[in-house]
Amino acid sequence: MTTKTTPLYESHLAANAKMVDFAGWLMPIHYGSQLKEHDIVRTDAGMFDVSHMCVLDIVGSEAKAFLRFLIANDVEKLSTEGKALYSGMLTPEGTVIDDLIVYLTHYGYRMVVNAGTADKDIAWMLKQAANFDVQIHVRRELAMIAIQGPNAIAKVCKVIHEDWEDAVKALNVFQGFPFGPVEDGWFIARTGYTGEDGLEIMLPSDEAATFWQALLSVGIAPIGLGARDTLRLEAGMNLYGHDMDETISPLAAGMGWTIAWQPAERDFIGRVALEAERAAGVAFKQVGLVLEGRGVLREGQIVEVAGVGQGVITSGTFSPTLKHSVAIARVPAATQDTDTVQVDLRGTLTDVRVVKMPFVRNGKKVFA
Amino acid sequence: MSHIPAELKYVNSHEWLRLEADGTVTIGITDHAQELLGDIVFVELPQVGDELAADATAGVVESVKAASDVYAPIAGEVVAVNDALVDAPELANTEPYGAAWFFRVKPADASVLDGLMTAEQYAKEIGL
Repeated sequence: MTTKTTPLYESHLAANAKMVDFAGWLMPIHYGSQLKEHDIVRTDAGMFDVSHMCVLDIVGSEAKAFLRFLIANDVEKLSTEGKALYSGMLTPEGTVIDDLIVYLTHYGYRMVVNAGTADKDIAWMLKQAANFDVQIHVRRELAMIAIQGPNAIAKVCKVIHEDWEDAVKALNVFQGFPFGPVEDGWFIARTGYTGEDGLEIMLPSDEAATFWQALLSVGIAPIGLGARDTLRLEAGMNLYGHDMDETISPLAAGMGWTIAWQPAERDFIGRVALEAERAAGVAFKQVGLVLEGRGVLREGQIVEVAGVGQGVITSGTFSPTLKHSVAIARVPAATQDTDTVQVDLRGTLTDVRVVKMPFVRNGKKVFA
Repeated sequence: MSHIPAELKYVNSHEWLRLEADGTVTIGITDHAQELLGDIVFVELPQVGDELAADATAGVVESVKAASDVYAPIAGEVVAVNDALVDAPELANTEPYGAAWFFRVKPADASVLDGLMTAEQYAKEIGL
Protein backbone atom coordinates (compact mmCIF):
# COMPACT_ATOMS: atom_id res chain seq x y z
CA MET A 1 0.00 0.00 0.00
CA THR A 2 1.28 3.44 -0.91
CA THR A 3 1.70 5.58 2.16
CA LYS A 4 -0.23 8.82 1.75
CA THR A 5 0.97 12.21 2.93
CA THR A 6 -0.97 15.31 3.96
CA PRO A 7 -0.35 18.84 2.60
CA LEU A 8 1.62 19.47 5.82
CA TYR A 9 4.17 16.72 5.28
CA GLU A 10 7.02 19.14 4.55
CA SER A 11 5.99 21.30 7.52
CA HIS A 12 6.31 18.26 9.80
CA LEU A 13 9.78 17.43 8.51
CA ALA A 14 10.83 21.05 9.00
CA ALA A 15 9.69 20.78 12.64
CA ASN A 16 11.79 17.61 13.16
CA ALA A 17 8.80 15.30 13.40
CA LYS A 18 9.27 11.59 13.83
CA MET A 19 6.97 10.23 11.13
CA VAL A 20 5.14 6.90 11.33
CA ASP A 21 2.62 4.99 9.24
CA PHE A 22 -0.85 5.62 10.64
CA ALA A 23 -3.74 3.91 8.80
CA GLY A 24 -1.82 4.21 5.52
CA TRP A 25 -0.83 7.85 6.15
CA LEU A 26 2.64 9.09 6.99
CA MET A 27 1.94 11.16 10.11
CA PRO A 28 3.96 12.81 12.93
CA ILE A 29 3.99 10.69 16.10
CA HIS A 30 5.91 13.39 18.00
CA TYR A 31 8.30 16.29 17.42
CA GLY A 32 10.76 15.34 20.15
CA SER A 33 8.77 14.56 23.29
CA GLN A 34 5.21 13.29 23.51
CA LEU A 35 5.08 14.25 27.21
CA LYS A 36 6.06 17.88 26.55
CA GLU A 37 3.56 18.12 23.71
CA HIS A 38 0.82 16.73 25.94
CA ASP A 39 1.61 19.31 28.59
CA ILE A 40 1.55 22.17 26.06
CA VAL A 41 -2.02 21.27 25.04
CA ARG A 42 -3.14 21.06 28.68
CA THR A 43 -1.59 24.39 29.64
CA ASP A 44 -1.27 26.56 26.51
CA ALA A 45 -2.05 25.72 22.86
CA GLY A 46 -0.93 23.06 20.42
CA MET A 47 -1.93 22.06 16.89
CA PHE A 48 -2.48 18.72 15.21
CA ASP A 49 -2.46 17.92 11.54
CA VAL A 50 -5.65 15.87 11.18
CA SER A 51 -5.83 16.17 7.40
CA HIS A 52 -5.86 12.39 7.16
CA MET A 53 -9.41 12.45 8.51
CA CYS A 54 -12.05 12.63 5.80
CA VAL A 55 -14.50 15.50 5.28
CA LEU A 56 -17.77 14.75 3.49
CA ASP A 57 -20.57 17.08 2.42
CA ILE A 58 -24.02 15.54 2.28
CA VAL A 59 -26.54 17.51 0.28
CA GLY A 60 -29.83 16.99 -1.56
CA SER A 61 -33.53 17.21 -0.77
CA GLU A 62 -33.42 14.04 1.33
CA ALA A 63 -30.09 14.65 3.10
CA LYS A 64 -31.81 14.87 6.48
CA ALA A 65 -33.92 11.75 5.94
CA PHE A 66 -30.82 9.89 4.78
CA LEU A 67 -28.80 10.82 7.88
CA ARG A 68 -31.72 9.99 10.18
CA PHE A 69 -31.57 6.48 8.68
CA LEU A 70 -27.77 6.20 8.43
CA ILE A 71 -26.59 7.08 11.94
CA ALA A 72 -27.71 6.20 15.47
CA ASN A 73 -27.89 9.74 16.79
CA ASP A 74 -30.62 11.95 15.33
CA VAL A 75 -29.74 14.95 13.15
CA GLU A 76 -33.23 16.26 13.95
CA LYS A 77 -31.55 17.48 17.16
CA LEU A 78 -29.52 19.92 15.06
CA SER A 79 -32.04 22.70 15.51
CA THR A 80 -29.90 25.60 14.36
CA GLU A 81 -27.31 26.02 11.66
CA GLY A 82 -23.78 25.36 12.88
CA LYS A 83 -24.66 22.81 15.54
CA ALA A 84 -22.69 19.57 15.61
CA LEU A 85 -23.58 16.05 16.71
CA TYR A 86 -21.40 13.08 17.65
CA SER A 87 -22.69 9.71 16.51
CA GLY A 88 -21.92 6.13 15.67
CA MET A 89 -22.63 4.74 12.22
CA LEU A 90 -23.77 1.15 12.81
CA THR A 91 -24.13 -2.14 10.99
CA PRO A 92 -27.57 -3.78 10.84
CA GLU A 93 -26.22 -6.07 13.59
CA GLY A 94 -25.77 -3.05 15.85
CA THR A 95 -21.99 -2.81 15.84
CA VAL A 96 -19.88 0.25 15.11
CA ILE A 97 -18.73 0.97 11.53
CA ASP A 98 -17.27 4.31 12.62
CA ASP A 99 -17.74 7.24 14.97
CA LEU A 100 -18.15 10.66 13.42
CA ILE A 101 -19.18 14.30 13.80
CA VAL A 102 -21.90 15.84 11.66
CA TYR A 103 -22.56 19.60 11.39
CA LEU A 104 -25.72 21.28 10.09
CA THR A 105 -24.79 23.84 7.43
CA HIS A 106 -26.79 26.21 5.26
CA TYR A 107 -26.16 23.94 2.26
CA GLY A 108 -26.81 20.58 3.94
CA TYR A 109 -24.56 18.60 6.30
CA ARG A 110 -20.84 18.29 6.78
CA MET A 111 -19.46 15.08 8.25
CA VAL A 112 -15.96 14.19 9.47
CA VAL A 113 -14.99 10.51 9.67
CA ASN A 114 -11.84 8.67 10.72
CA ALA A 115 -8.89 8.21 8.37
CA GLY A 116 -8.56 4.45 8.66
CA THR A 117 -12.25 3.83 8.05
CA ALA A 118 -12.93 6.50 5.40
CA ASP A 119 -12.98 4.22 2.34
CA LYS A 120 -15.18 1.68 4.10
CA ASP A 121 -17.49 4.45 5.35
CA ILE A 122 -17.90 6.02 1.90
CA ALA A 123 -18.70 2.66 0.27
CA TRP A 124 -21.27 1.94 2.98
CA MET A 125 -22.83 5.39 2.71
CA LEU A 126 -23.09 5.23 -1.08
CA LYS A 127 -24.82 1.87 -0.80
CA GLN A 128 -27.31 3.20 1.75
CA ALA A 129 -27.85 6.40 -0.26
CA ALA A 130 -29.30 4.58 -3.28
CA ASN A 131 -32.89 5.05 -2.09
CA PHE A 132 -32.54 8.74 -1.21
CA ASP A 133 -32.24 11.96 -3.19
CA VAL A 134 -28.84 12.75 -1.72
CA GLN A 135 -25.33 13.47 -2.96
CA ILE A 136 -22.18 12.70 -1.00
CA HIS A 137 -19.18 14.87 -1.85
CA VAL A 138 -15.81 13.63 -0.59
CA ARG A 139 -13.75 16.72 0.16
CA ARG A 140 -10.25 15.26 -0.10
CA GLU A 141 -9.00 18.66 -1.31
CA LEU A 142 -9.43 19.99 2.23
CA ALA A 143 -6.77 19.91 4.93
CA MET A 144 -7.71 19.96 8.61
CA ILE A 145 -5.85 21.40 11.58
CA ALA A 146 -7.03 21.02 15.20
CA ILE A 147 -5.80 23.72 17.59
CA GLN A 148 -6.40 22.77 21.22
CA GLY A 149 -5.63 24.12 24.67
CA PRO A 150 -6.73 26.90 27.04
CA ASN A 151 -5.05 29.56 24.88
CA ALA A 152 -5.96 28.02 21.52
CA ILE A 153 -8.80 30.29 20.46
CA ALA A 154 -7.08 33.52 21.57
CA LYS A 155 -3.93 32.59 19.66
CA VAL A 156 -5.75 31.49 16.52
CA CYS A 157 -7.61 34.81 16.49
CA LYS A 158 -4.28 36.61 16.02
CA VAL A 159 -3.75 35.00 12.63
CA ILE A 160 -7.15 34.50 11.01
CA HIS A 161 -8.88 36.95 8.68
CA GLU A 162 -9.71 39.93 10.92
CA ASP A 163 -13.32 39.98 9.76
CA TRP A 164 -13.75 36.45 11.12
CA GLU A 165 -12.38 37.10 14.59
CA ASP A 166 -15.63 38.08 16.33
CA ALA A 167 -17.50 35.14 14.88
CA VAL A 168 -14.79 32.69 15.92
CA LYS A 169 -14.77 34.08 19.48
CA ALA A 170 -18.57 33.78 19.55
CA LEU A 171 -18.64 30.10 18.55
CA ASN A 172 -20.40 27.89 21.06
CA VAL A 173 -18.93 24.54 22.05
CA PHE A 174 -19.78 21.93 19.39
CA GLN A 175 -20.65 24.52 16.77
CA GLY A 176 -19.00 25.25 13.42
CA PHE A 177 -19.60 27.25 10.25
CA PRO A 178 -18.16 27.82 6.80
CA PHE A 179 -16.15 31.07 6.87
CA GLY A 180 -16.26 32.93 3.59
CA PRO A 181 -17.88 31.32 0.57
CA VAL A 182 -18.28 27.54 0.90
CA GLU A 183 -16.39 26.99 -2.35
CA ASP A 184 -13.31 28.62 -0.78
CA GLY A 185 -13.25 25.74 1.69
CA TRP A 186 -12.72 27.34 5.12
CA PHE A 187 -14.79 25.89 7.94
CA ILE A 188 -14.12 26.64 11.61
CA ALA A 189 -15.65 24.64 14.46
CA ARG A 190 -15.29 24.74 18.23
CA THR A 191 -14.71 21.02 18.51
CA GLY A 192 -11.77 18.76 19.23
CA TYR A 193 -10.64 15.53 20.80
CA THR A 194 -8.44 16.41 23.76
CA GLY A 195 -10.75 17.48 26.59
CA GLU A 196 -9.58 21.08 26.08
CA ASP A 197 -11.24 24.06 24.47
CA GLY A 198 -10.17 24.70 20.91
CA LEU A 199 -10.95 24.71 17.22
CA GLU A 200 -10.94 22.36 14.29
CA ILE A 201 -10.27 24.22 11.05
CA MET A 202 -10.85 22.78 7.61
CA LEU A 203 -9.21 24.71 4.80
CA PRO A 204 -7.99 24.31 1.22
CA SER A 205 -4.95 22.06 1.04
CA ASP A 206 -2.89 24.64 -0.85
CA GLU A 207 -3.32 27.13 2.01
CA ALA A 208 -2.53 24.65 4.79
CA ALA A 209 1.26 25.06 5.00
CA THR A 210 1.04 28.87 5.08
CA PHE A 211 -1.62 28.80 7.79
CA TRP A 212 0.40 26.23 9.80
CA GLN A 213 3.37 28.59 9.61
CA ALA A 214 1.20 31.48 10.84
CA LEU A 215 0.00 29.38 13.77
CA LEU A 216 3.62 28.54 14.62
CA SER A 217 4.46 32.25 14.54
CA VAL A 218 1.98 33.00 17.36
CA GLY A 219 3.42 30.28 19.57
CA ILE A 220 1.15 27.35 18.81
CA ALA A 221 3.30 24.21 19.05
CA PRO A 222 2.98 21.26 16.67
CA ILE A 223 1.70 18.17 18.50
CA GLY A 224 1.97 14.59 17.29
CA LEU A 225 -0.44 11.70 17.27
CA GLY A 226 1.27 10.25 20.36
CA ALA A 227 0.06 13.11 22.54
CA ARG A 228 -3.28 13.12 20.75
CA ASP A 229 -3.75 9.60 22.09
CA THR A 230 -2.78 10.37 25.71
CA LEU A 231 -4.92 13.53 25.64
CA ARG A 232 -8.06 11.81 24.33
CA LEU A 233 -7.59 8.91 26.72
CA GLU A 234 -7.32 11.22 29.73
CA ALA A 235 -10.51 12.85 28.43
CA GLY A 236 -12.19 9.41 28.35
CA MET A 237 -12.89 9.58 24.63
CA ASN A 238 -13.20 6.45 22.49
CA LEU A 239 -10.82 5.72 19.65
CA TYR A 240 -12.07 3.69 16.73
CA GLY A 241 -10.29 0.36 16.29
CA HIS A 242 -9.42 0.29 19.98
CA ASP A 243 -12.43 1.08 22.17
CA MET A 244 -14.99 0.08 19.56
CA ASP A 245 -15.18 -1.47 16.13
CA GLU A 246 -17.45 -3.68 14.02
CA THR A 247 -17.38 -6.42 16.66
CA ILE A 248 -18.71 -4.20 19.45
CA SER A 249 -22.12 -2.75 20.25
CA PRO A 250 -22.19 0.96 21.08
CA LEU A 251 -24.04 -0.01 24.28
CA ALA A 252 -20.99 -1.99 25.44
CA ALA A 253 -18.55 0.71 24.32
CA GLY A 254 -19.77 3.68 26.36
CA MET A 255 -21.69 5.12 23.40
CA GLY A 256 -25.20 4.58 24.74
CA TRP A 257 -25.60 8.35 25.11
CA THR A 258 -25.12 8.79 21.36
CA ILE A 259 -28.14 6.63 20.47
CA ALA A 260 -31.33 8.61 19.96
CA TRP A 261 -34.10 6.14 20.89
CA GLN A 262 -36.81 8.78 20.54
CA PRO A 263 -38.82 9.23 18.44
CA ALA A 264 -39.58 5.50 18.51
CA GLU A 265 -40.76 5.53 14.90
CA ARG A 266 -37.37 6.64 13.53
CA ASP A 267 -35.89 3.66 11.74
CA PHE A 268 -32.08 3.77 11.77
CA ILE A 269 -29.59 1.10 10.78
CA GLY A 270 -28.88 -1.13 13.77
CA ARG A 271 -31.97 -0.07 15.76
CA VAL A 272 -33.64 -3.50 15.79
CA ALA A 273 -30.46 -5.22 16.98
CA LEU A 274 -29.82 -2.61 19.68
CA GLU A 275 -33.37 -2.82 20.99
CA ALA A 276 -33.07 -6.60 21.24
CA GLU A 277 -29.73 -6.26 23.02
CA ARG A 278 -31.14 -3.71 25.44
CA ALA A 279 -34.18 -5.91 26.16
CA ALA A 280 -31.98 -8.95 26.81
CA GLY A 281 -29.61 -6.93 29.02
CA VAL A 282 -26.29 -5.55 27.80
CA ALA A 283 -23.51 -7.91 28.93
CA PHE A 284 -20.65 -5.40 29.03
CA LYS A 285 -20.07 -1.77 29.84
CA GLN A 286 -17.22 0.70 29.59
CA VAL A 287 -15.39 1.99 32.67
CA GLY A 288 -12.22 3.86 33.51
CA LEU A 289 -9.36 2.16 35.34
CA VAL A 290 -6.76 3.89 37.49
CA LEU A 291 -3.42 2.42 38.57
CA GLU A 292 -1.86 4.75 41.10
CA GLY A 293 1.27 2.64 41.60
CA ARG A 294 4.02 1.82 39.14
CA GLY A 295 3.50 0.32 35.73
CA VAL A 296 1.39 1.10 32.68
CA LEU A 297 -1.96 -0.43 31.75
CA ARG A 298 -1.97 -1.47 28.09
CA GLU A 299 -4.57 -2.38 25.49
CA GLY A 300 -5.40 -6.09 25.48
CA GLN A 301 -4.66 -6.79 29.14
CA ILE A 302 -7.29 -8.92 30.86
CA VAL A 303 -9.31 -7.38 33.71
CA GLU A 304 -10.43 -9.76 36.47
CA VAL A 305 -13.56 -8.64 38.34
CA ALA A 306 -13.95 -10.82 41.45
CA GLY A 307 -17.22 -12.75 41.46
CA VAL A 308 -18.34 -11.12 38.23
CA GLY A 309 -16.08 -12.22 35.38
CA GLN A 310 -13.45 -10.93 32.99
CA GLY A 311 -13.08 -7.81 30.91
CA VAL A 312 -10.39 -6.31 28.73
CA ILE A 313 -8.48 -3.04 28.50
CA THR A 314 -9.29 -1.36 25.19
CA SER A 315 -6.93 1.65 25.62
CA GLY A 316 -4.28 2.11 28.28
CA THR A 317 -1.48 4.57 28.81
CA PHE A 318 0.61 6.57 31.22
CA SER A 319 -1.29 9.78 31.98
CA PRO A 320 1.14 12.68 31.64
CA THR A 321 -1.22 14.97 33.59
CA LEU A 322 -1.84 12.57 36.50
CA LYS A 323 1.67 10.95 36.46
CA HIS A 324 0.27 7.44 36.69
CA SER A 325 -1.49 5.02 34.40
CA VAL A 326 -5.14 5.13 33.33
CA ALA A 327 -7.12 2.94 30.98
CA ILE A 328 -10.46 2.47 29.28
CA ALA A 329 -11.84 -1.06 29.77
CA ARG A 330 -14.84 -3.10 28.68
CA VAL A 331 -15.99 -5.10 31.71
CA PRO A 332 -19.02 -7.22 32.71
CA ALA A 333 -22.07 -5.01 33.25
CA ALA A 334 -22.32 -6.02 36.93
CA THR A 335 -18.98 -4.32 37.68
CA GLN A 336 -19.49 -1.42 40.10
CA ASP A 337 -17.94 2.00 39.60
CA THR A 338 -16.38 1.68 43.05
CA ASP A 339 -14.88 -1.81 42.59
CA THR A 340 -11.24 -2.70 42.81
CA VAL A 341 -10.36 -5.10 40.00
CA GLN A 342 -7.16 -6.87 39.02
CA VAL A 343 -5.05 -6.63 35.88
CA ASP A 344 -2.28 -9.01 34.93
CA LEU A 345 0.67 -6.61 34.64
CA ARG A 346 3.54 -8.53 33.10
CA GLY A 347 2.84 -11.59 35.24
CA THR A 348 1.76 -9.82 38.44
CA LEU A 349 -1.94 -9.52 39.31
CA THR A 350 -2.22 -5.86 40.30
CA ASP A 351 -5.11 -4.02 41.99
CA VAL A 352 -6.66 -1.29 39.87
CA ARG A 353 -9.53 1.07 40.77
CA VAL A 354 -12.68 1.35 38.68
CA VAL A 355 -13.74 4.98 38.19
CA LYS A 356 -16.20 7.01 36.17
CA MET A 357 -14.56 8.75 33.23
CA PRO A 358 -13.27 11.23 32.17
CA PHE A 359 -9.98 11.23 34.03
CA VAL A 360 -8.99 14.80 33.13
CA ARG A 361 -11.03 17.77 31.93
CA ASN A 362 -9.63 21.23 31.25
CA GLY A 363 -6.28 20.21 32.66
CA LYS A 364 -7.62 18.97 36.03
CA LYS A 365 -8.23 15.55 37.56
CA VAL A 366 -11.98 14.89 37.64
CA PHE A 367 -12.56 11.34 38.94
CA ALA A 368 -13.04 10.69 42.65
CA MET B 1 21.25 10.21 14.86
CA SER B 2 22.03 7.93 17.81
CA HIS B 3 25.12 8.56 19.85
CA ILE B 4 27.38 5.48 20.29
CA PRO B 5 30.41 6.13 22.52
CA ALA B 6 33.51 4.36 21.17
CA GLU B 7 34.81 3.24 24.58
CA LEU B 8 31.77 1.08 25.48
CA LYS B 9 30.70 -2.46 24.59
CA TYR B 10 27.24 -3.31 23.27
CA VAL B 11 24.79 -6.20 22.87
CA ASN B 12 22.02 -6.54 20.32
CA SER B 13 19.29 -6.15 22.97
CA HIS B 14 20.52 -2.51 23.13
CA GLU B 15 22.35 -2.47 26.46
CA TRP B 16 25.80 -0.89 26.78
CA LEU B 17 28.57 -2.05 29.17
CA ARG B 18 31.49 -0.16 30.67
CA LEU B 19 34.35 -1.91 32.48
CA GLU B 20 35.23 0.18 35.55
CA ALA B 21 38.68 0.51 37.11
CA ASP B 22 37.63 -1.67 40.08
CA GLY B 23 36.69 -4.57 37.79
CA THR B 24 32.93 -4.06 38.04
CA VAL B 25 30.81 -3.51 34.92
CA THR B 26 28.22 -0.72 34.58
CA ILE B 27 25.21 -1.42 32.36
CA GLY B 28 22.60 0.85 30.77
CA ILE B 29 20.47 1.13 27.65
CA THR B 30 21.70 2.81 24.49
CA ASP B 31 20.69 6.13 22.97
CA HIS B 32 19.17 4.14 20.11
CA ALA B 33 17.05 2.14 22.59
CA GLN B 34 15.70 5.25 24.31
CA GLU B 35 14.89 6.80 20.92
CA LEU B 36 12.90 3.72 19.98
CA LEU B 37 11.04 3.72 23.30
CA GLY B 38 10.16 7.41 23.39
CA ASP B 39 9.39 9.17 26.68
CA ILE B 40 10.42 6.85 29.53
CA VAL B 41 8.09 6.97 32.55
CA PHE B 42 9.01 4.01 34.80
CA VAL B 43 12.16 1.96 35.38
CA GLU B 44 12.47 -1.23 37.45
CA LEU B 45 15.93 -2.37 38.47
CA PRO B 46 17.36 -5.58 39.97
CA GLN B 47 18.31 -5.68 43.65
CA VAL B 48 21.81 -5.44 45.00
CA GLY B 49 22.96 -8.99 45.70
CA ASP B 50 20.98 -10.56 42.82
CA GLU B 51 22.97 -13.16 40.91
CA LEU B 52 22.15 -12.62 37.25
CA ALA B 53 22.75 -15.14 34.47
CA ALA B 54 23.81 -13.82 31.09
CA ASP B 55 20.74 -12.71 29.08
CA ALA B 56 18.48 -12.96 32.15
CA THR B 57 15.83 -10.30 32.64
CA ALA B 58 17.29 -7.71 34.99
CA GLY B 59 14.64 -5.00 34.92
CA VAL B 60 11.95 -3.24 32.97
CA VAL B 61 11.82 0.09 31.21
CA GLU B 62 8.38 1.50 30.45
CA SER B 63 7.79 4.34 28.06
CA VAL B 64 4.50 6.02 27.22
CA LYS B 65 4.47 3.74 24.19
CA ALA B 66 5.68 0.33 25.41
CA ALA B 67 7.24 -1.80 28.14
CA SER B 68 10.59 -3.49 27.46
CA ASP B 69 12.71 -5.89 29.44
CA VAL B 70 16.25 -4.90 30.31
CA TYR B 71 18.68 -7.82 30.13
CA ALA B 72 21.90 -8.64 31.91
CA PRO B 73 24.36 -8.83 29.04
CA ILE B 74 26.85 -10.80 31.19
CA ALA B 75 26.58 -13.04 34.24
CA GLY B 76 27.46 -11.58 37.64
CA GLU B 77 26.35 -10.30 41.01
CA VAL B 78 24.56 -6.98 41.19
CA VAL B 79 26.72 -4.66 43.33
CA ALA B 80 24.90 -1.35 42.76
CA VAL B 81 21.67 0.00 41.24
CA ASN B 82 20.87 3.54 40.17
CA ASP B 83 18.11 4.76 42.48
CA ALA B 84 18.29 8.23 40.92
CA LEU B 85 17.02 6.69 37.69
CA VAL B 86 14.01 5.17 39.47
CA ASP B 87 13.13 8.62 40.80
CA ALA B 88 13.75 10.36 37.47
CA PRO B 89 13.23 7.82 34.68
CA GLU B 90 13.35 10.60 32.06
CA LEU B 91 17.13 10.65 32.57
CA ALA B 92 17.19 7.56 30.36
CA ASN B 93 16.03 9.79 27.51
CA THR B 94 18.44 12.62 28.15
CA GLU B 95 21.60 10.98 29.51
CA PRO B 96 21.58 7.33 28.46
CA TYR B 97 25.34 6.89 28.93
CA GLY B 98 25.77 9.06 32.00
CA ALA B 99 23.33 9.73 34.84
CA ALA B 100 20.98 7.04 33.51
CA TRP B 101 23.14 3.96 34.10
CA PHE B 102 20.89 1.09 35.28
CA PHE B 103 22.97 -1.29 37.44
CA ARG B 104 26.51 -2.48 38.10
CA VAL B 105 27.65 -6.09 38.32
CA LYS B 106 30.73 -7.89 39.57
CA PRO B 107 31.22 -10.12 36.52
CA ALA B 108 31.60 -13.88 36.89
CA ASP B 109 34.06 -13.71 33.99
CA ALA B 110 35.18 -10.27 32.80
CA SER B 111 36.84 -11.71 29.69
CA VAL B 112 33.33 -12.23 28.25
CA LEU B 113 33.33 -8.49 27.49
CA ASP B 114 35.97 -8.99 24.83
CA GLY B 115 33.50 -10.99 22.74
CA LEU B 116 30.76 -8.32 22.81
CA MET B 117 30.13 -5.76 20.09
CA THR B 118 32.29 -2.69 19.66
CA ALA B 119 30.70 0.71 18.95
CA GLU B 120 31.42 0.20 15.27
CA GLN B 121 29.77 -3.22 15.23
CA TYR B 122 26.75 -1.93 17.14
CA ALA B 123 26.35 0.97 14.74
CA LYS B 124 26.25 -1.54 11.90
CA GLU B 125 23.80 -3.72 13.86
CA ILE B 126 21.28 -0.86 14.14
CA GLY B 127 21.78 0.15 10.54
CA LEU B 128 23.80 3.33 10.97
